Amino acid sequence: MLVMRGIVKQFPGVRALDGVDLDVRAGEVHCLLGQNGAGKSTLIKVLAGAHRPDEGTIELNGVPAAPASPVDAIRLGIATIYQELDLVDGLTVADNIFLGHEHARLGFTDRRAANRAAGEVLARLGHPEIRPSTEVGRLPPAAKQIVSMARALSREARLIVMDEPSAALAHDEVANLFRIIRDLTARGVAVVYISHRMEEIREIGDRVTVLKDGRTIAVGLPARDTPTSEIVSLMTGRDVEYVFPPRASRPPGEEVLRVEDLSSPGAFAGVSFSVRAGEIVGLAGLVGSGRSEILEAVYGARRATGHVRVGGRPVRRAGLLQSVRRDGPLRALRRGGVVESVRLGMGLAPEERKAQALLLDQSVTANITLGGLSGFARLGWLDRARERAEATRLAEALDIRPRDPERPVKTLSGGNQQKAVLARWLLGGRRLLLLDEPTRGVDVGARAELYTVIRRLAEDGIGVLLVSSEVPEVLGLADRVLVLREGTVIHQGDARGLDEHRVLDMIMNGRAA
Amino acid sequence: MAEAGRTVAEAPATTAAPRSFELRHLGLFVALALLVAVGLVTRPAAFATADNLVSILSLAATIGVITVGATFVIIGGGIDLSVGAVMALASVWATTVATQEFGPVVMAICAILVGTGAGLVNGLLVAYGRLVPFIATLAMLVAARGLAQRMSDRRTQLVRPDNQAIVDLATTRVLGVPLLVYVFALVVVLGWILLNRTTFGRRTYAVGGNPEAARLAGIDVRRHTMLLYALSGLCCGIAAILIMARTTTGSSTHGDLYELDAIAAVIIGGTLLTGGRGTIVGSILGLLIFTIITNLFILNGLNTSDQLIAKGLIIVVAVLLQRRNLKERTP
Repeated sequence: MLVMRGIVKQFPGVRALDGVDLDVRAGEVHCLLGQNGAGKSTLIKVLAGAHRPDEGTIELNGVPAAPASPVDAIRLGIATIYQELDLVDGLTVADNIFLGHEHARLGFTDRRAANRAAGEVLARLGHPEIRPSTEVGRLPPAAKQIVSMARALSREARLIVMDEPSAALAHDEVANLFRIIRDLTARGVAVVYISHRMEEIREIGDRVTVLKDGRTIAVGLPARDTPTSEIVSLMTGRDVEYVFPPRASRPPGEEVLRVEDLSSPGAFAGVSFSVRAGEIVGLAGLVGSGRSEILEAVYGARRATGHVRVGGRPVRRAGLLQSVRRDGPLRALRRGGVVESVRLGMGLAPEERKAQALLLDQSVTANITLGGLSGFARLGWLDRARERAEATRLAEALDIRPRDPERPVKTLSGGNQQKAVLARWLLGGRRLLLLDEPTRGVDVGARAELYTVIRRLAEDGIGVLLVSSEVPEVLGLADRVLVLREGTVIHQGDARGLDEHRVLDMIMNGRAA
Repeated sequence: MAEAGRTVAEAPATTAAPRSFELRHLGLFVALALLVAVGLVTRPAAFATADNLVSILSLAATIGVITVGATFVIIGGGIDLSVGAVMALASVWATTVATQEFGPVVMAICAILVGTGAGLVNGLLVAYGRLVPFIATLAMLVAARGLAQRMSDRRTQLVRPDNQAIVDLATTRVLGVPLLVYVFALVVVLGWILLNRTTFGRRTYAVGGNPEAARLAGIDVRRHTMLLYALSGLCCGIAAILIMARTTTGSSTHGDLYELDAIAAVIIGGTLLTGGRGTIVGSILGLLIFTIITNLFILNGLNTSDQLIAKGLIIVVAVLLQRRNLKERTP
């Protein structure tokens, strides 16, 4: 039904898709597998008409069809249900389902007809209890998923792409999702299903296509019989060479961070670990496994309960809430404790570099000194010469190019922007750096440099807590590794005792080694 | 993968943005020069006189002080609609019978305290009450006007003759220029220093440009936001002193629509309403452009309605030009 051949999508500097083939038959559930960055998201965006491929052909039912826009894709009968649901919270269920093809006469919406039709679609999905007139913002995530699905159905889609539809669902809701999918395929609708959970793929999938580094590695594997180990080895064994600096020669020093029983409802629970001076501790896990949230909680940027000690001192936060709990008083780490975290010597390089770390319009200097401005000031008066000298020194130490500290940071490449963020935390004696996806959007050559920089920071006696979606990166860079799955730590141990295969197995199958 | 694409896309940068003072404000200077030329051509006798120049500056002084505060708030990512009303309230409070008992110094301090206090309330509502700035300061606009009417019983309150020192600000001239113009100049200079040479200024850009980044870098964003509104209020208090000097009155009708003039001046001056970018110099140039237009219309005996239309056009043209500039710099 759907045949994609040799799809290439080039972004400046990166070949996101480098010759992808995909065959989807009517009435089947076709699973798309691949690691983060393998090109799954780009591929479904091509299908949804959000990206136009640079090369390659797409045929729907034997007719060349390349969706030029999202509207075009819908007209062709392709509907996409994204991970982040694209519903309008302020509108009703019915309004959302028929958004873009409203029941209307001469521009006046026919609310009653829309509600009736929405009710029918929802009943078909086995959810007559969702009232069409409810505001979508009031629905729980699972119900929103159903509304999203109803929208796809109402458009008479022949091909529905589902990007990790089960991520937001509880167990019994997944069962219902599968029932709906079977009902759809029985009527000849094809489903492209993306998930990281092997057990789901075994249960609902018919065939599997594996992507790696923007290429199709395997097409049409039987979903039920292919051994997990075979799929995992297809996904790993990449072409990209990682060059990691050698590990520390010295044993790690004293504890700089101790986390005990840290929990944040809905994100992670009962997390305990420690980081020593000179040690790099890596957190491995999927998006949504709680990795980034743990960093935020340690940094005081997210509400959590539990104990955090920095440099042996318990982190006290002004005006702290003592949360009342049946099992005794727990320290509530408050959102907004960041100021104190910074004072205690923590620094965070957040996941979304541009959105969370950089002042894009400002100079490299201003970005570097942002975290330690008072160090250059007396009574609020900035010593700009000293500020610039210090920023220049750090920019040189980290080899930020081009060598112009007055250049707006937005004109730098991703790798150099990241170095500017790292440089920020080299000011004023940091003891603990929290790095969230430090190499995201950084090209291969610059990665090796960043690895060297991070290792050198550890050598200087800083404790580093590292989060990365790329398992080889965690394994190659960290001394110790914590493996996370759905908010809990399922493995904790020396990085040298693990390989990519085993970690992926743990992440995807939930088996602790 | 998409992220990778975007990041690398921006790597091959050509030239750094022009950072020098002259280049950044070139457009504004050109516009100002054009207006001056228009003045010289249409009313050669009246426009280029020292008196007219002084009257332009005196006119600009009151809103000018407010514009300095507004520039901070807007660079910090907010907006303050209450400036005119807060100034009115401060002028009324400072000219009540009770306050006037204590003499001109107390009157001035009173105006400043009232202004700063109102600004602090704005700041608390926005920073800690999480109200949208537009709404919080709109509420303050309405409420401050109302309170000013209550206090003055809707009557214009004269500055008493024994408090003449306040009015002297407008009448005493040093080197031919009234004192209040010096006050205005002092506020501009202090504002410029605060914005460009202190941690407070740097943090203002950070808070407005990327509040999340500022927060994660360890800046107390809420406290800073609150201080920005307090600063704006302080400027309103100073402006209240100037308006009392110029009009010899405190009145609940002072400063009507000043908020729009101040915001317009800031925008024409190249400050982004979304925050994170802008300059004091730009705002002041923007304000002078506005004031000279008013002056030209009056000198030429033209309709004030046409004057409003002209101002509206200028705002649109200025913003359109700036957007083109911005695009050129960030392809």
